[in-house]
Amino acid sequence: MALDQSFVGRTYPPTDPYEVGREKIREFAVAVGDANPVYTDPEAAKALGHSDVIAPPTFVFAITFAAAGQVIADPQLGLDYDRVVHGDQKFAYSRPVRAGDRLSVTSTIEAIKSMAGNDILDVRGEVHDEAGEHVVTAWTKLVARGAAEEGKA
Amino acid sequence: MTAKIAYGDVEVGTELPGRSFPVTRATLVRYAGASGDFNPIHWNEKFAKEVGLPDVIAHGMFTMAEAIRVVTDWIGDPAAVVEYGVRFTKPVVVPNDDRGTVIEVSGKIGAKLDDNKVRVDLTVTNAGQKVLGMSRAVVRLG
Repeated sequence: MALDQSFVGRTYPPTDPYEVGREKIREFAVAVGDANPVYTDPEAAKALGHSDVIAPPTFVFAITFAAAGQVIADPQLGLDYDRVVHGDQKFAYSRPVRAGDRLSVTSTIEAIKSMAGNDILDVRGEVHDEAGEHVVTAWTKLVARGAAEEGKA
Repeated sequence: MTAKIAYGDVEVGTELPGRSFPVTRATLVRYAGASGDFNPIHWNEKFAKEVGLPDVIAHGMFTMAEAIRVVTDWIGDPAAVVEYGVRFTKPVVVPNDDRGTVIEVSGKIGAKLDDNKVRVDLTVTNAGQKVLGMSRAVVRLG
C-alpha cells in the first residue's frame, strides 16, 4: 500500500530529553571495540579540548531512531514496520555528543516515495541540547519492502 | 577539536591505514545491548531465515560504526568528523561459529574541500563484496 504523500513535511513534537551518560558511552565504545580514550577517560577528552568524554560518531543513532519511532508507529502513516530495512544513514555534526548532554530530537518526514513496489521514507532528526543549540542532524532512509517481494514469511 | 593530521599533508588519493574488524555472534549480542537494537535478525537464526535472510546478519549501524574507525584512528580526535554517511547495500552474514566473519575497511582522500576539510571515501567489504555504498566522511584537519 502506497504511503500518503500528504505526510511529507510533517514535523513531530520534540522528544523528552535523553541524558547521555559516561557509562552508556563506554558501553557503546566497548561494543564496537574502540579503545580511543576520548570515549572513556575524561582527562583524555579534556586534553583534546572537550569538557567531558565524547561519544563515537554513530552513537546518537540510538536516540534519533527511537525518536523516529513516533513516525514509524504513526498509525495514520500506515508504514508496515515488519517489512522495514535501513537504506541509508547520514549524520552532520555541529559538535560531538558528550556525556552530560540532554538531547531532544525533532523528527520530520522529508520524503515519501514508492519504487518497484517498495515504500521509501526519509526521516530527518534534528538533535538539540538543553540550551537549544544544534548538535547533530541524522538522516535515515527506511525501505518497506513490497509484499510481492516477500516469501511466505 | 584537535586533528593530528594537517590539511597540507594530504592529497587527493592519499590512503588512510586500512583495518579489519572481526565480527562474531557475541559481537552482535553485545552491540544489540549497547545500541538498544534488539531486532531478532541480528541474533536469531530461525527468525532471520523465516524473513528470507541466509543467516543472522550484522546490524548495519555496527558496520557503519566500525567503518568510521579508519578515520577516527587516523585523526585521533573523533570530533573532527563533521559529516558521515553510508548506504547499506549488502548484509554482513555472521555464521554461528567462533570465527564469525571479518569487515575490511580502507579509505582514501576523495577531495580537498575548503576550510581545511577533506572528504574521505571509504571502501567497506565482507567476504569479497562491498557492503556499504557511498560511504563518505567529511573531516576537518589541523
